[in-house]
Amino acid sequence: MTDWRPEELLICRLADALAGDRHVAVGAASPIPGAAALLAQEEAPRRMHVTVLHSRRYNHFTDGGRELFDCAGQGRIDTFFLGGVQIDGQANINLVGTGDYPTLTKRFPGSFGSAFMYFAVPKVILFREEHSPRTLVEKVDFVSAPGCSPEGTWRRGGPTLLVTSLAVFAFDGARRRFALESLHPGVTAETVAERTGFAFDRPAEVPTTAAPEPARLERLRRTIAPKVAEFYPVFAERVFGVTEPAA
Amino acid sequence: MAMTAFAPISLEALAEAIPDGALLAVPPDYGGVAMAATVALLRRGTGGLRLYCLPYSTLQADLLIGTGAVAEVEAAAITLGEQGLAPRFSAAVEGGRLTMRDSTCPALHAALQAAEKGVPFMPLRGLLGSDILANRPDWKVIDNPFEAGDPIVLLPAVVPDVALFHAPRADAEGNVWIGRRRELATLAHAAKRTLVTVEEVVEGSFFESEGSAANALPALYVEAVAVAPRGAWPCACPGLYDADPAAIGDYAKAARDEAGFRDYLKRLLDGRIAPCVLEVEPA
Repeated sequence: MTDWRPEELLICRLADALAGDRHVAVGAASPIPGAAALLAQEEAPRRMHVTVLHSRRYNHFTDGGRELFDCAGQGRIDTFFLGGVQIDGQANINLVGTGDYPTLTKRFPGSFGSAFMYFAVPKVILFREEHSPRTLVEKVDFVSAPGCSPEGTWRRGGPTLLVTSLAVFAFDGARRRFALESLHPGVTAETVAERTGFAFDRPAEVPTTAAPEPARLERLRRTIAPKVAEFYPVFAERVFGVTEPAA
Repeated sequence: MAMTAFAPISLEALAEAIPDGALLAVPPDYGGVAMAATVALLRRGTGGLRLYCLPYSTLQADLLIGTGAVAEVEAAAITLGEQGLAPRFSAAVEGGRLTMRDSTCPALHAALQAAEKGVPFMPLRGLLGSDILANRPDWKVIDNPFEAGDPIVLLPAVVPDVALFHAPRADAEGNVWIGRRRELATLAHAAKRTLVTVEEVVEGSFFESEGSAANALPALYVEAVAVAPRGAWPCACPGLYDADPAAIGDYAKAARDEAGFRDYLKRLLDGRIAPCVLEVEPA
């Protein structure tokens, strides 16, 4: 029995990954990364900027939708989050659909800004809650954005972590390969191996993802949840029971 | 000397001004979607539209696609956001009934920025090695002419036939208040013609003060304005009202299959799905 929700574990783990950043940006359909960014901001020892694209309150861009990309193009964003209908073992991501392009078997919304942001932002955290052989695949059906690029391609960074509902993987860009970094409480390495469609490195002893500390949970629920309610009301109500956005 | 007075037109006249087959540019759900005008367009009946979404679309695109009015979409995504996938879009792509020109957000912005400047193309970083690029024969990769060994993508300028959006207000001169939704200015600068719906027309001119001038899109970019209170509903009108997730959820549920969509569409066109109607209906 735990006194935290799975979403809260993920928010805390993602927030840890943002330590030291000066500007974190969060794009479409990302309530957990959005909450993590605001939590990291709350805990940062120095000033940290957070841009939540879908928020009025936490998006201070004044030059329209393009400013996020212009800002990233200049190197003013340290970390961004991306997800995928499919993510493969070389960190290629697919947000377009499964099956043969263009008609596909199952069409998903589309690539959003991934094909640019993956190159422009030094640190990209891949986040996908569903951890299954259909989401974590050997090879994506469509490359919305490649995880790695050949030498001579302009690229500031790329994927660093993959966080799912079961585990955390670190990505080694030089070897083009994920390594299992930690297992969430109660999850076994065997389960992760069964549910992962790509090959990955696995140390003999895999640590457990740290459970959220009570003081941090309190901060998340009292201070961050009402902020999240402003831009992801459905999520905030479901996870935190919060219906009133922060003033 | 007095300028010829600005006068708003009707929503129906505005819908009439969008020709079949137009390259129609529209903003995202947070930017002021002209939903009332879209309904007027559907009432009029239209076809062959090519949608250019800056950079994605939600209910507006899904509705238009569901009716078969759209031949082609260029967008970074079509989605209902927190309310899930865009059901008629997915069905149309899977059924081979819709040409989807998959793009990425900054490319959609950059191609219009080229049009704004009147230059033939714009370079953009990223994209190399993606299947987006692999499926866009209209895009080119060149070697950076200023620094060899640096491949970069070029996007041709896109000049939409019509830009259509909703904004909070116009003034007595026909200037449009867009606030910080500057992508609306990009749309208007790039498009041959710009049609706007607003919540209201107010007295005076936004250019009377620096504060309001900073929020204005000058009338010189705007062909026509129609007044449509709650005209972005159920999408948001920035600064005035938020999106209506329940109403978008109702659509998402109804549009899961073709029959449900047809029924929804009929009710929408009959005026039985509208902000004022929903507000008085019991939960």
